[in-house]
Amino acid sequence: MDALDLARWQFGVTTVYHFLFVPLTIGLGVFVAGLQTAWHRTGKEHYLRLTKFFGKLFLINFAMGVVTGIVQEFQFGMNWSEYSVFVGDVFGAPLALEALLAFFLESTFLGLWIFGWDKLPKRIHLATIWAAVIGSNLSAYFILAANAWMKHPVGYEVVDGKARMTDLWAVLTNSTALAQVPHVVGAAFVVAGGFVLAVCGYRILQERRADPDRTRPMRRGATDMWRTPMRAALVMTAIAGAVVAGSGDMSAKLLHEQQPMKLAAAEGLRHDTAGAPFSPVPGVKVPMLLSFLATGDPQAVVHGTEDLQARFTQQFGPADYRPNLPVVFWSFRVMIVFGMSTVGLSVLGLWLTRRRRGKQAPPRETPSWLARVCVLALPLPTVAMISGWLLSEIGRQPWTVQGELLTAASVSPGVSLGEVAVSLAVFTALYGALALAEAVLLVRHVKAGPEPVPARRPETPSSSGGRDGGSAEDATARLQPTLMY
Amino acid sequence: MELTTFWFAVIAFLWTGYFVLEGFDFGVGLLAPVLSRDEAERKQVLGTIGPVWDGNEVWLITAVGAMFAAFPAWYAGLLSEFYLPITLVLVGLIVRGVGLEWRGKVHHASDRVWCDLAVMVGSGLPAFLWGAVFADLLHNSAFAALVGGVFSLSVCVLHGAVFVALKTSGPVHARARRTAMATSALALPAAVVALSGIPSARTAVADWTASPWLWACALAAMAALAAGVALTWRGRDGWAFTATASSIALGAVALFGALWPAPLPGLTVADAASGPYTLGVLTWIGLIALPFVLGYQGWTYWVFRKRLVAEVS
Repeated sequence: MDALDLARWQFGVTTVYHFLFVPLTIGLGVFVAGLQTAWHRTGKEHYLRLTKFFGKLFLINFAMGVVTGIVQEFQFGMNWSEYSVFVGDVFGAPLALEALLAFFLESTFLGLWIFGWDKLPKRIHLATIWAAVIGSNLSAYFILAANAWMKHPVGYEVVDGKARMTDLWAVLTNSTALAQVPHVVGAAFVVAGGFVLAVCGYRILQERRADPDRTRPMRRGATDMWRTPMRAALVMTAIAGAVVAGSGDMSAKLLHEQQPMKLAAAEGLRHDTAGAPFSPVPGVKVPMLLSFLATGDPQAVVHGTEDLQARFTQQFGPADYRPNLPVVFWSFRVMIVFGMSTVGLSVLGLWLTRRRRGKQAPPRETPSWLARVCVLALPLPTVAMISGWLLSEIGRQPWTVQGELLTAASVSPGVSLGEVAVSLAVFTALYGALALAEAVLLVRHVKAGPEPVPARRPETPSSSGGRDGGSAEDATARLQPTLMY
Repeated sequence: MELTTFWFAVIAFLWTGYFVLEGFDFGVGLLAPVLSRDEAERKQVLGTIGPVWDGNEVWLITAVGAMFAAFPAWYAGLLSEFYLPITLVLVGLIVRGVGLEWRGKVHHASDRVWCDLAVMVGSGLPAFLWGAVFADLLHNSAFAALVGGVFSLSVCVLHGAVFVALKTSGPVHARARRTAMATSALALPAAVVALSGIPSARTAVADWTASPWLWACALAAMAALAAGVALTWRGRDGWAFTATASSIALGAVALFGALWPAPLPGLTVADAASGPYTLGVLTWIGLIALPFVLGYQGWTYWVFRKRLVAEVS
């Protein structure tokens, strides 16, 4: 164990942990904004209650995403100073742009949203949540462009042992980034969709348990309240799943060209093979599938780890250029199976809860077993997401910047083993405690359910839409702000 | 102006904005238990920074991101050199953010106590450590770091108390003013020592003509802080806040003036800088985006401009 190993562990721990919260911020934020838009357009009270309910869950999670994100920006300089000096000219730019163009937008407008319920005209208030979620999604783009550059460096030249950017546009439109952004953001929406499904499933079961015969009309109304978010989340997950699959296919083809070692490791392919097979599990081989996935041509040659190792040794000098093969192999499979089963669940759910024929017929109730499956499926998309990152980043090893800089040469030379050990221990302990606290907090809020909206004057959507500017006082009377101000 | 100089100024501007804005956030976080007697007042005090603290923190994120992009060696050197203090700053920012966001969402009063503690510790750590880190950078001495830390911590508390006085009415307002006066007993002497240490870090005090601008800034920062205290005593909340904010800004300008042209020992700005292409393209994007950022952040303060009262429950 040396400082390099610990620094790698620290990056892994803090980054995986950060990414437990980020997908929910990205996807759930849009979901909440959509609910508020629905309330704005229809004036229906249950949309407002759902906005506030999911908004609260969103905010509990948002806080964690923000604070763990600060560590991300700092630790390049702390643990990876050689890397930072080598790449800063190129890699720093998207990070600076992310802060300037995305984080200011996100944090400022979210503050306005949280505290602006009774201070802003309704329409402006709705615009603030949209501005905030645009900021979140924009930040994903910038950081993924930076990350893509590590795997497929473009738009630069190396001068005096440092990368110098020659074309920002090339960095921002890196083919790797353009495939990775829809893949990761799509996956974030799958994670958020799975989260909403689990919450809705839990609420449906809880309310049925409280009223097993479903006799009280109030109760039935309450169960029906969950149909809309459930259906919306099912649609969101299914569409996002299609995006993830499509962009995943693009990524596989790019891997073949840009990071053949990662592709070979993901399949466990040892030697260059024409018409390479794909094994869903070890022992089972689907002939020619890997060649087809990687190139579109079932007969094409896919490179193998051992042959690549020989070639890289010739090109870059003697070293082991193979990543941790079992981790890459298995994380690839876990990603696909867990991710696609979530998407499968969403398609199944859409079918089972589809509308009955005839306009007057009541909608199909969500089967209890489906609600239960939705709750149990909560970890699936997150596990898939984390596996995807392990595949992507462990598969990149031993490089930090593919073909340019080795991980071993990236670490801070002046930082001691003890220092890294202390910070790793501190962050791990703190993160563990906070994860527990967040889980407890989320569960409590889901159990408590949406708060009732205080009685208010009946209002039609058209009248509220037309009087936005002057309805600040009405809004004060209508709405209980989240906090006092 | 040449691009390297310009970007050093941009980064100094971003840090200055961060110190001025998070300065009062930290003070408010530290003072919340002191200034409030019950939950309604606690909400009133923390409500003054509720909508804005996260946006204020982004000044730090942007400052550090800009350092990474414009001066990679400065960024990497500073953060790896001050490894453990920076780790503690991060711990502080983590627990403070979580505490502020979660305290309105916990169900039990006992959980709120944890949040309050997190906000206090998480405000105190960075408020002390930023001063200590930069003082150590200038003087390379543990004593200087201690003085710098006490200075930044006490000035944050004073600045925060003045901010609460500006943003509240009722008993909290009166308490905030008294607290500001009391804090000045520590903040003013600490400011005299720490601020005069900034221009004298590079040249002997007797040789003050070598850095007249640094001395002018440092002395003006001391004067502005004293004026802030006097104006608080006179009940001029708005002017008092302007004065403490100016004091922090002037102090930050002096600090970055002293760090020019070698922000780290043995590392000049020119050596640390990225290439002209990167600096040029970032300049254009920054010049276009920054007015919008300043505009909507300013608008936030306008939306929440009213003084807060304690909620009658």
